[in-house]
Amino acid sequence: MFLKLEPRGEASRAMSYLSPLLAGLLTLLSGGIFFVFLGHDPIDALRIFLVAPVEDLYGFAELCVKAAPIMLCAIGLAVAFKAQVWNIGAEGQLLIGGLAASAVALQLLEVESFWALPLVLLSGMLGGGLWGLLAAWLRNRFNANEILTTIMFNYIALYLLLYFVHGSFKDPDGYGFPASAIFADSSLLPILIEDTRMHIGILFALLAVVIIWVMLSRSFIGFQIKVLGLDSNAAKLAGFKHKRLVAVVMIISGALAGLAGAGEGAGPLEQLVPSISPGYGYAAIIVAFLGRLHPVGIFFASLLMALIYLGGELAQIELNLPLAVTSLFQGMLLFYLLACDVFINFKVKFNRPQISATLENS
Amino acid sequence: MDIDLITNVLYAMVRTGTPLLIVALGELVCERSGVLNLGQEGMMLMGAVVGFIVTLTTGSLLLGFILAIVAGMLMSMLFAAIALGLNANQVATGLALTIFGTGLSAFIGAAYVGTPITGLEPIAIPYLSEIPLIGKMLFAQDLVVYLSFGLFGLVFWFFKSSRLGLTVKAVGENPHAANSLGLPVMRTRYLAVAFGGGMAGLAGGYLSLAYTPLWAENMTAGRGWIALALVVFATWRADRIIFGAYLFGLASILNLVVQGLGYPVSPNLLAMMPYAATVLVLVMISSNVMKSKMYTPMWLGKPFHPHT
Repeated sequence: MFLKLEPRGEASRAMSYLSPLLAGLLTLLSGGIFFVFLGHDPIDALRIFLVAPVEDLYGFAELCVKAAPIMLCAIGLAVAFKAQVWNIGAEGQLLIGGLAASAVALQLLEVESFWALPLVLLSGMLGGGLWGLLAAWLRNRFNANEILTTIMFNYIALYLLLYFVHGSFKDPDGYGFPASAIFADSSLLPILIEDTRMHIGILFALLAVVIIWVMLSRSFIGFQIKVLGLDSNAAKLAGFKHKRLVAVVMIISGALAGLAGAGEGAGPLEQLVPSISPGYGYAAIIVAFLGRLHPVGIFFASLLMALIYLGGELAQIELNLPLAVTSLFQGMLLFYLLACDVFINFKVKFNRPQISATLENS
Repeated sequence: MDIDLITNVLYAMVRTGTPLLIVALGELVCERSGVLNLGQEGMMLMGAVVGFIVTLTTGSLLLGFILAIVAGMLMSMLFAAIALGLNANQVATGLALTIFGTGLSAFIGAAYVGTPITGLEPIAIPYLSEIPLIGKMLFAQDLVVYLSFGLFGLVFWFFKSSRLGLTVKAVGENPHAANSLGLPVMRTRYLAVAFGGGMAGLAGGYLSLAYTPLWAENMTAGRGWIALALVVFATWRADRIIFGAYLFGLASILNLVVQGLGYPVSPNLLAMMPYAATVLVLVMISSNVMKSKMYTPMWLGKPFHPHT
């Protein structure tokens, strides 16, 4: 080994902010090299990936459409991760949220009431929250590892969704396609900018970010969550109710993911379809880490992640690349972030001193 | 239920359980050395896609399997470089490996979706395969299934009686103690991770070259995650892993059984079974806190740095 890791006495604050930027730069660089390998002009390809999608108002609106569910999921995950609760199940909580919201919206197809939309969104939150609570209960009551249970619940949620979309939720007039009927106007999220798909979901996401920020930094429950995450023994000594906190963070993150799912159904999709999420729940895990579990960081990281989604779609059209290029870039970004994070706690030294040390000793 | 159905169910159970068995044995060795690699799914997918493309272009199944193993190992070294070399959080690094592997495999495999190949054929051993009920299950399988029996025996022996197996366990229980005894902690961990990667690659190759000889995006369908649960279920013991793998194999083919018996149950509900069974089993095994603490390798998931 040429490099040697030497622990810093204290975690470097500067590095913890610089690391995501560095990771982004390295991803950009690797992306460029990757495009060269595929025979594209790297500058042009990166422009298509990162600039072209947001060049006009429509692009900006689409960015917000994609950022809203990612931000909602990620800010919820940040709460759970802060408490050292490893909720990998935002994807399933999002799907169940979408399913529950659709169940209500499909009952309200003929209803034109102001209360239709709040009801749809709340049932989405309730569905996602309960789906999250289930994993918390299994952890609290049976000591079951939440990483594995939430992953399993993602798969179960997906098949539940498929069961209903292919079954009782299927539109009888839909020519046999696995999709629900189009929701009534009163159940749909109002559009913010005319002639685009940008709906008020992005405002919910921003509101959630602010509320979670206040909760984490100002409230007693936020304080308890942070103590629990930093030192669970200290939390125990302080008399915090560990199990209740686990349940609370799972409900919060589940409900926010559920709201994201409801917002997809009642937003850009206007119905329930099997592909309600292109992996937003998994992308949100990366966003939470990239944003340093901090609301402001998560805000920016969500926009970046939304841009990667848009860029992947545009690259599919313009560069004829498979859509999987999106998750490829996502994975790369997380790898680089984790690698750069080493500088927070360690100094990297070149391994030369052996010779000099031997000389000094002799 | 007639005897033919039972014979076939037992046969399919072992066939379906085989990829789980192979991944779980690899992850067992890895976790016993104290490293939690959640990237099983990503490594399996890379094994599956690389094996498939190699076999499709060269026509050689053997080459396909070998390069599937190599692909799994390379992926595991990416994990090791970050999680072991740079002391990163193992949970996050494993997740990154799964996301990256899912994307990379889908990317390089996009042009091959739906292309059929001739997969690995079963080889029935004369006489033995004609034993009623269990003959087909044990002696009419393909070579990788037979290999998995051997791999099981190897890992079982490795932890029971080999010196290196003892080293792996020592490194996983307390790397600092192992280090002060002069055991090569980091080298052992790298090797254990590489072994896990190779096994995941082989299991992925089994899926795309034998089990369903084709490539589809995300074709592992959570098997890597189920294998992780399997290791917990088996309380980190090889003999219980083989039992668990076939149990999950059975849960996965339940839809065939139910269809065979003529019950009209939704295929989507039946497809949930392996995942629901995983949750159920995790709950049952973990609920005894004392016991599960006792079995879990002490240093599992914690980074080791000689200076700290």
